Amino acid sequence: MANVSIRNVRKRFGSTEILHGVDVEIDDGEFVILVGPSGCGKSTLLRMIAGLENISSGEIAIGDRVVNNIAPKERDIAMVFQNYALYPHMTVRDNMAFSLSLTNASKAEIDEKVGRAAQILGLNPYLARYPRQLSGGQRQRVAMGRAIVRDPQVFLFDEPLSNLDAKLRVAMRAEIKELHQRLQTTTVYVTHDQIEAMTMADKIVVMNAGNVEQIGAPLDLYDKPNNLFVAGFIGSPAMNFVKGKVADGAFTAEDGTILPLPPSAAGQDGRPAVYGIRPEHFRLAGDGLPARITVLEPTGSETQVMAHFAGTPIIGAFRERIAAKPGETIRVSVDPMAAHVFDGATGQRIGA
Amino acid sequence: MSATTIPSRAFRERPKESWLAKLFDSKPFLVALCLLPCSGLLIVFMTYPLGLGLWLSLTDTTIGQAGDFVGLDNFISLFDDQIFWNAVGYTIFYTAVATSGKFMLGLWLALLLNHNLPLKAFLRAIVLLPWIVPTVLSSIAWWWIYDPQFSIVSYVAVDVLHVSDQYFDFLGSPWAARWSLIAANIWRGIPFVAITLLAGLQTIPPSLYEAALLDGASGWQKFRRITVPLLMPILSVALTLSVLFTFSDFQLVYAITRGGPFNSTHLMATLAFQRAIPGSQLGEGAAIAVSMIPFLLLATMVCFFGVGRRKWQQGGDND
Ligand SMILES: Nc1ncnc2c1ncn2[C@@H]1O[C@H](COP(=O)(O)OP(=O)(O)OP(=O)(O)O)[C@@H](O)[C@H]1O
Ligand SMILES: [Mg+2]
Repeated sequence: MANVSIRNVRKRFGSTEILHGVDVEIDDGEFVILVGPSGCGKSTLLRMIAGLENISSGEIAIGDRVVNNIAPKERDIAMVFQNYALYPHMTVRDNMAFSLSLTNASKAEIDEKVGRAAQILGLNPYLARYPRQLSGGQRQRVAMGRAIVRDPQVFLFDEPLSNLDAKLRVAMRAEIKELHQRLQTTTVYVTHDQIEAMTMADKIVVMNAGNVEQIGAPLDLYDKPNNLFVAGFIGSPAMNFVKGKVADGAFTAEDGTILPLPPSAAGQDGRPAVYGIRPEHFRLAGDGLPARITVLEPTGSETQVMAHFAGTPIIGAFRERIAAKPGETIRVSVDPMAAHVFDGATGQRIGA
Repeated sequence: MSATTIPSRAFRERPKESWLAKLFDSKPFLVALCLLPCSGLLIVFMTYPLGLGLWLSLTDTTIGQAGDFVGLDNFISLFDDQIFWNAVGYTIFYTAVATSGKFMLGLWLALLLNHNLPLKAFLRAIVLLPWIVPTVLSSIAWWWIYDPQFSIVSYVAVDVLHVSDQYFDFLGSPWAARWSLIAANIWRGIPFVAITLLAGLQTIPPSLYEAALLDGASGWQKFRRITVPLLMPILSVALTLSVLFTFSDFQLVYAITRGGPFNSTHLMATLAFQRAIPGSQLGEGAAIAVSMIPFLLLATMVCFFGVGRRKWQQGGDND
């Protein structure tokens, strides 16, 4: 087990720079998720940790060893690929034993390690099968088994669940998390699915267009997004944004609606700003502001409301059941303590 | 009254079908009909000549004179014919050596071309050249290369590099001629092998190599444990075809040596032609050609089943 340090790492393909100086510190035993929209450079960063891509500048260290010039096989990492990359001509057993067989490990040792991994992952009934005779979830487990057998310092996962159907994805999510709790191996996990990130990670690294936008524990990111990008990316349904400006200790939307400011964001008069409210932070209130309903989606446990509010389309989520119909207006209020305010020009958070 | 007519109308049978409609509804007829164009072509252009060859081999036909049925006489006389057995021996030797050479060099070339080389498309086109040029033309080129007086190889070795003080005699003695022909055949066969294997190499997902790299495989281990097994299916097909082409080769040998010197470089195909057309012994020539069949069948079987389909390729239902 080891910690991983990524220090001011840049990546260029030819003349285009893909990563613009990334810094991440990953503690020993931590489960870190790199999340961000497609094309932001998550896989590239992961492959640089693995040694499959060279590092244009900056430094990556595993443990206390800088690995920039160390061959992939010497880095003591194991990777699970998005397409699993199982060897099609080998049985499940041989797939898992491959790395050991290259090191001239004894048969007893191979059997023991493969047996243990198969036990952990419930693969015992399939050991003699070929990959094409397995379902997607089973293949995924074999890919993890291949990594476990190596007993590496760091696990790397590149969108391991994206080829699975929704239900299986939820099940595998739990399985991977349990596996991590059991093995306590440092893990770097790439996904573009923020729910995966929220539910699995000890620490999330939000990336966008080759930059790290914010690093933190899932709920910290949720409660205190540093900027508009993180605020919009984390959380589902996404945070609502209302454009306007700060004036007279309150927020004035473009259509003139006045919204209450959190105390820490007050006193910035005249500054253009974006006001952010999570869907669940709207309250039904008889003396609130009007919201004209466009669509109602009752799910039983809560009611999602798409509405027109302060000149913008918003989504609200209410625990109460709502009798109103589309086209009608309900009145809602916003708790200023739960609101977020971002600078209109830079997108950075204003106030604490 | 009306009560009886209604059900009878409801259950009225379809009008009786004409025999034509019935015919076209019958599956065996349709199958036969659809196969007809293809099997017709095969019969006219393959089965007929093959059958004629088989028949001729059982007669004493000569050019210009219809022969009589002589049973296995042609084969029996071939059995005691040293030149025939030499041709059989050389054909096997030629096939074995040339095929091995083609596959080793072809695989090497395919591996090279599978890398990201500059001018990749151009190099691939160059590699295909020996295959595109009609064999008779390239044979003539080789004939010049092997010429005792005008050979470019001799010229370079003697007059330019001074590594030898005598012109090579490529085609003058039996073994020199045999090896020279094999070299020419390898040259002509490499493109087929290289391009086929290159296609095979490109079907191997790069992520497998990346996984193997992380698993700690060296370059040689990746080749041995990933490339070779995954290339096997296409390799076996290419091998089968290559053996067939080489075994039944005719043009190259006939254009360069015509079987000489002293019949030492006759392949079965050239000997068959030699006896049948210039020698006008059609029956005997046909017999030689027919005796290639068992060898070809055997070679095909070995190649195809020996290195053929693997269990991992087969469907998902059998474990
Ligand atoms: N070999 C390459 N040559 C040039 N550009 C590349 C190369 N590989 C990746 N890129 C570019 O680098 C950027 C980041 O790619 P990367 O695969 O890391 O994205 P990602 O964040 O993993 O996206 P996704 O979620 O879709 O997998 C993309 O814009 C891509 O076009
Ligand atoms: Mg990716």
